[in-house]
Amino acid sequence: MRRLVRLATALALASAVPAAAETVAFTGARIVTAGPAGTLDPGVLVVRDGKIVSVGKGAPPAGARVIDASGAVITPGLFATGSLLGAVEISALGDDLSVDNPQIGAAFDIRDGLDPASTLIPVARTGGLTSAVVLPQPAGGGYDYHEGEGDVAAERMTAGGGQGPRPNTLFAGQGAVIRLDGSDDMVVRGGIGEVVAFGNTGARAAGGARGAQIAALKSVFTDVRAYAANRSAWERGSYRELGLSRADLEALVPVVQGRTPLIARVHKEADIRAVLKLAREEKLKVILEGAEEGWMAAADIARAGVPVILYPYADRPESFEVLGSTLENAARLQAAGVTVALTAPEGAAHRARETRYAAGTAVAWGLPWDAALAAVTLNPARMFGVGDRTGSLEPGKDADLVVWSGDPFEPLTTARAVYIRGQAQSLTTRQTELRDRYLDLGTPLPPAYKHR
Amino acid sequence: MLRSGVLAVGLAALALSACATTKGPTPKAEAKAAAAKPLPAGLDPGVRPDAFPSTYRPLPSAAFAIVGARALTGTGQALDNATVLVRDGRIEAVGEGLTVPAGVTTVDARGKWVTPGLIDTHSHLGVYASPAVAAHSDGNEMTSPTTPQVWAEHSVWPQDPGFNTARIGGVTTVLILPGSGNLIGGRGVTLRNVPSRTVQGMKFPGAPYTLKMACGENPKRVYGSRGRAPSTRMGNVAGYRAAWIEAADYVRKWDDYRAKVGRGEKADPPRRDLGLDTLAGVLRGEILVENHCYRADEMAIMIDIAKEFGYRITAFHHAVEAYKIADLLAANDICVATWAGWWGAKLEMYDSVEANVALIHAAKGCGIIKSDDPDLTQRLNQEAAVALAAGRAAGLQISEAEAIRWITANPAKALGVLDQTGTLEPGKRADIVIWDHDPFSVYARTEKVFIDGALTWDRRDPRYQPRSDFDLGQPGEGVR
Repeated sequence: MRRLVRLATALALASAVPAAAETVAFTGARIVTAGPAGTLDPGVLVVRDGKIVSVGKGAPPAGARVIDASGAVITPGLFATGSLLGAVEISALGDDLSVDNPQIGAAFDIRDGLDPASTLIPVARTGGLTSAVVLPQPAGGGYDYHEGEGDVAAERMTAGGGQGPRPNTLFAGQGAVIRLDGSDDMVVRGGIGEVVAFGNTGARAAGGARGAQIAALKSVFTDVRAYAANRSAWERGSYRELGLSRADLEALVPVVQGRTPLIARVHKEADIRAVLKLAREEKLKVILEGAEEGWMAAADIARAGVPVILYPYADRPESFEVLGSTLENAARLQAAGVTVALTAPEGAAHRARETRYAAGTAVAWGLPWDAALAAVTLNPARMFGVGDRTGSLEPGKDADLVVWSGDPFEPLTTARAVYIRGQAQSLTTRQTELRDRYLDLGTPLPPAYKHR
Repeated sequence: MLRSGVLAVGLAALALSACATTKGPTPKAEAKAAAAKPLPAGLDPGVRPDAFPSTYRPLPSAAFAIVGARALTGTGQALDNATVLVRDGRIEAVGEGLTVPAGVTTVDARGKWVTPGLIDTHSHLGVYASPAVAAHSDGNEMTSPTTPQVWAEHSVWPQDPGFNTARIGGVTTVLILPGSGNLIGGRGVTLRNVPSRTVQGMKFPGAPYTLKMACGENPKRVYGSRGRAPSTRMGNVAGYRAAWIEAADYVRKWDDYRAKVGRGEKADPPRRDLGLDTLAGVLRGEILVENHCYRADEMAIMIDIAKEFGYRITAFHHAVEAYKIADLLAANDICVATWAGWWGAKLEMYDSVEANVALIHAAKGCGIIKSDDPDLTQRLNQEAAVALAAGRAAGLQISEAEAIRWITANPAKALGVLDQTGTLEPGKRADIVIWDHDPFSVYARTEKVFIDGALTWDRRDPRYQPRSDFDLGQPGEGVR
């Protein structure tokens, strides 16, 4: 208890003085770096100008302001991977996640419409999240997670016969990595990957059959390569007609060159193998998303060096694409040598803060603890090209970190402080304000008079 | 208190016919009524009211004692080195360090945790079965805003693999509800979560029926989008009231008819109406109202409607704004069945707070964590832990021993089966979970799940790991 108070006081000070202006040393905590320094118990983490200066053992540097975090656990800030943060406020009222426009498919770039003022972002921070990998969604019902309240999903299923309208584009668009500080400067990296849904959704996009999608994609990639090699002829109008708009062709050039990954939303073992084959033949860099039956192709996924984003709660035969789903998917893939990132329920948006429980659940079902932490920190950072600046506690990286009251995966643990680029973040949310307003129902004036 | 299924059914039938008469029938009138010619089969709602009787029989069991565990009993108590003695499917004794009678098998649970079997008061297992294809969309009869005539049990597919995964999560009793597309969605059914060939084989003997009602956005969106009523919240309220007026009138007609028959007068029976039978059951207090309702102001309106027509609301479901009227809900003895972390899918879910159930608890109300989801139902303990942490963050002192009630005793109360299950107390059904960690830990998994004293799931013994018919011959063969 005494320790708690000390930390709380120190954190209040930290909030009052921007950490960027001075050298700050966190002492006394168990520091899990997710980097080469491993776990230090206790360790000393030194931050200056928003960057990590050092992480090690011993005494804090002279002149540093010391934050005594004895009894706490410090980890890198967590990633919401495969997230919708910044692109949705109230799901039923629409979002900025998908397009149904023949001219804009692959060219859709989600970074250009994100809202730093979304109330979801502070809520996500309370779960220790400092970054999100925001991905577009295929138009027309390609969003495969169990969505929202069961009744809502159920109604839509009844009304729409279980299948959304056919998407008219093969490519859902490009994702972005954002930092969850609610600033104008929230985009860390855009164009991190091109989302393509395979399986049932992809087949619908291509006209009905799985094989048609593979043929359609190959045709597109041929066109994109032709475009890249004959831009000027195409611009003059002296080249054959290509199947996509200029914007979409341009967006796919780095994909066919293997520089930007194709983020393949795919579930079934056979479809996973089809994606791996396509990637081999077309020389594409691929990341799998979903991969509920990934464990059944684990050796091949590992051999191809393809990372996987998965939802660790998937264990029911929710569709004929996920008959083999199991809570041990993450553990089995990791054991086979696959790099795994974990995602939270419902597209890691409103419930992004549950990312840490998703990691803990994967641990309960066999994933080693350190691997689970990597799956919500360094792995997604590396997969999406920001591993040089965040995702682990290493000198030179952004000081994106969380001070926890205990094991970060435990629900009874709380995030006491969250730092992004060294700045202590507010953990007040619209929800904590609502809660506090109604804590005492016996006040003489109505709750409307209680606010900041 | 410990009724046999047969007796309970008999009592229910008796209650139904007796209560249908406003004034208690005199012995003489009763004799005459008995002499009167019975109506043709199926036309008298008082005869065989339980048309689809439970055929549930507990799975095989022998007496045993769980020893050495830390037990959260669901009564607010935490016991160390607890012994739970089970005989004939019932809990015989619970206490710290009790001596196990000779000849009783012991289950060594040292270092482990024991809780009552979990109860999920809001599930659509079986009515929205996996795989979630249109062919399995059987939970929302959205052809009329008022469908009290439909019964969820007639949609339940017992082979839904989700029953098995829920049981692995420790769920031993489950309320299957119709969806929320309608103002009045139909009857729910309370099930023992055992593998069965038929839904009747799962029905909780003697458990009261429930009625699903829904406030707010769903019904008005479903019907408003078709250009018909209701299209507004005020339209919703007009719809409920119209239905209750019809029901009250139906009750009056049957009462009149029975009174006349009782006096030996010639009388024409009212035409039996399945929907009105259900609503009449609510007005008589036999059927429990489970009301989907998110917003505080709408819950207050629903409470007044219940008072207008003389029925009770047993629980508000979802109820993410319950914390705004925790006092009103406690005063009316209405349970709140909600989540901790769900919010924002639609506008009426915008004001959700993680501490909702803890604030209800602090107001001396009946807080419940439920799933409404085949994934979350596997981890009700985790969701309760999130709610507990949120309550503590709000400054409330709540113990784990109390918080376990949100997924055991309180849901049992909301289903009208607290006298049968929901706590570890002598005489109750032996619905028991053994956990490998503290159930409020993310790492907790069930080791053994007992239903009526029978082992229905054992993590270490493949003989007690049931699989659905659907899983056979499929990729993975139901590895979960």
